[in-house]
Amino acid sequence: MAASQHAFDLKAQPGFSIIARLAIVALYLPILILVVFAFNATSSLGVWGGFSFDWFVKAWHNDLIINAALFSLFLATVAGVLATVMATMAAIAMTRTDAYRGQLVSYALINQPLIVPEIVTAISLLIVFAAVKSATGYSGTGYLVLAHTAFCIPFAYLPIRARLEGMDLTLETAAADLYADPWKAFLHVTLPRLAPGIVAGFMLAFVISLDDVVITDLVKSGGQETLPTYMLGQIRRDMTPEVNAAATMLLVPSILLVTAVHLINRKK
Amino acid sequence: MSSIAEMAATRRTAEGRRRWLLKAPALATIVIASVGPLAVMLVYSVMAKGAFGGVALGHFSLDGWTNVFVERDPFDDTLVLADANLIIFWRSIKLALVATLATLLIGFPTAYYIATRPEQVRSQWMLLITIPFWTNLLIRTFAIMGLLSNQGPVNNILIWAGLIDKPMQMLFTDGAVLLGLVYVYLPLMVLPIYASLERMDFNLVEAGYDLYATRSKVLWHIVIPSCKPGLIAGSILVFIPAIGAYVTPRVLGGGKNMMMGNLIELQFGQGRNWPLGAALSICLLVIVTVALIIYIRGSSGKENAHGG
Repeated sequence: MAASQHAFDLKAQPGFSIIARLAIVALYLPILILVVFAFNATSSLGVWGGFSFDWFVKAWHNDLIINAALFSLFLATVAGVLATVMATMAAIAMTRTDAYRGQLVSYALINQPLIVPEIVTAISLLIVFAAVKSATGYSGTGYLVLAHTAFCIPFAYLPIRARLEGMDLTLETAAADLYADPWKAFLHVTLPRLAPGIVAGFMLAFVISLDDVVITDLVKSGGQETLPTYMLGQIRRDMTPEVNAAATMLLVPSILLVTAVHLINRKK
Repeated sequence: MSSIAEMAATRRTAEGRRRWLLKAPALATIVIASVGPLAVMLVYSVMAKGAFGGVALGHFSLDGWTNVFVERDPFDDTLVLADANLIIFWRSIKLALVATLATLLIGFPTAYYIATRPEQVRSQWMLLITIPFWTNLLIRTFAIMGLLSNQGPVNNILIWAGLIDKPMQMLFTDGAVLLGLVYVYLPLMVLPIYASLERMDFNLVEAGYDLYATRSKVLWHIVIPSCKPGLIAGSILVFIPAIGAYVTPRVLGGGKNMMMGNLIELQFGQGRNWPLGAALSICLLVIVTVALIIYIRGSSGKENAHGG
């Protein structure tokens, strides 16, 4: 211990460790305060009045919050599954092949939703969907499912592609040598090994859909409130810790899923 | 010979068709719900505006584009500079640049510190950086709002410490928006810098010290140049969402401290000027594209300099 203190640390830079620690504290402290005040006994967001579950109970009995939360879960599940299936198919088509014409275009298309500012995508969807709505009269959840699926595809695609690139082809070639038809080879050989990537892709797509507020807020029709759009709508009113309680309920699944993805990726 | 070539060609077309079918659903979805609508928006930007929102389809007009910079005075019908738009443009660029610089100054030391930890601890540190990145942006902005509000903990602490006697107005200022941008986009700066530092060859650092370089010389002449791609990537990853920010200025800036995203949204709400909103959206898209081109040029130039 004493010896290591005297040894010259090649990698150290003065002050960096303090900045790094402060950065972590700064990243978590505001969220922590938000969560703590969800348990406040009074309606204050700045003065601690004792511990209570009242605001969670209140949020739980608020139909607006519960319906918004259920709709968020529904949307994230449907869009997450669709995006993951499409992204898996696309990743299989686009990896493990020689570079060919059109591949670059496909790749650019898949990643396009990542590049365009969300407000621009939201506005352009508003324009198109408004026209389709007035032409067809349909104003159901299809618009939100379509929009969410589109921006979830690149997030689902990334871990699946990464997993595919790391896989070697020997087993599939062996299956083909043993006269397995391509579909069977995929089902019994490729899919099980690709599964961790697909699971990670679905989880990321799910979280991204669950978190979206800008596109959902501009595309939604009446009665299609998600938890984030409900919370955005609450800003101008007198805010109580009920919003903090709703936020905490939204935070928990996101943090659990991201930690799970981290653990899955590390096992690789 | 020719039959083998033919067989290979048939196989290649069959294979090609299979690949197309596999990627068609994903590409079609993105074309329908992301790329296509952008093209429609381009068309809307050159249409005359409708009386009650929307556009007068088929009535070609450049008003949307000229309204970005000049507008007709409602009283004497002369053209005046649309200074409200230009002020918002300038605020967006300024806030995005300062936020990028601030995240760079905090993110680089953080990424460096994490990259120089033992391998086991490193992945735990990175998880700590990643969790906020995947956490709802609206909730994180709410958290900053709670912190800065007049009844919030920061004001309470300052009053308790006797530094101020009544709450200081921190919310709904440019400073609040800037703090929000730095807070929500900091992880985007740390991740790519960490990725390029992790691959760095620390033998170079050792060689530097062997040649009697000081710590700051090693930092400026060895560490920073070798993680330049990460620094550029992080800056672009922060700048792009920051300049297009919508939620952060809406929540922390209130109605007065708008950024481009809010100005665009306004044209489709109260403003009822869809062609102007479409033209503004395309302006934002152009700024983002220019930033991306700078990034791609910067990173590819780097690879050539090192011989690939």
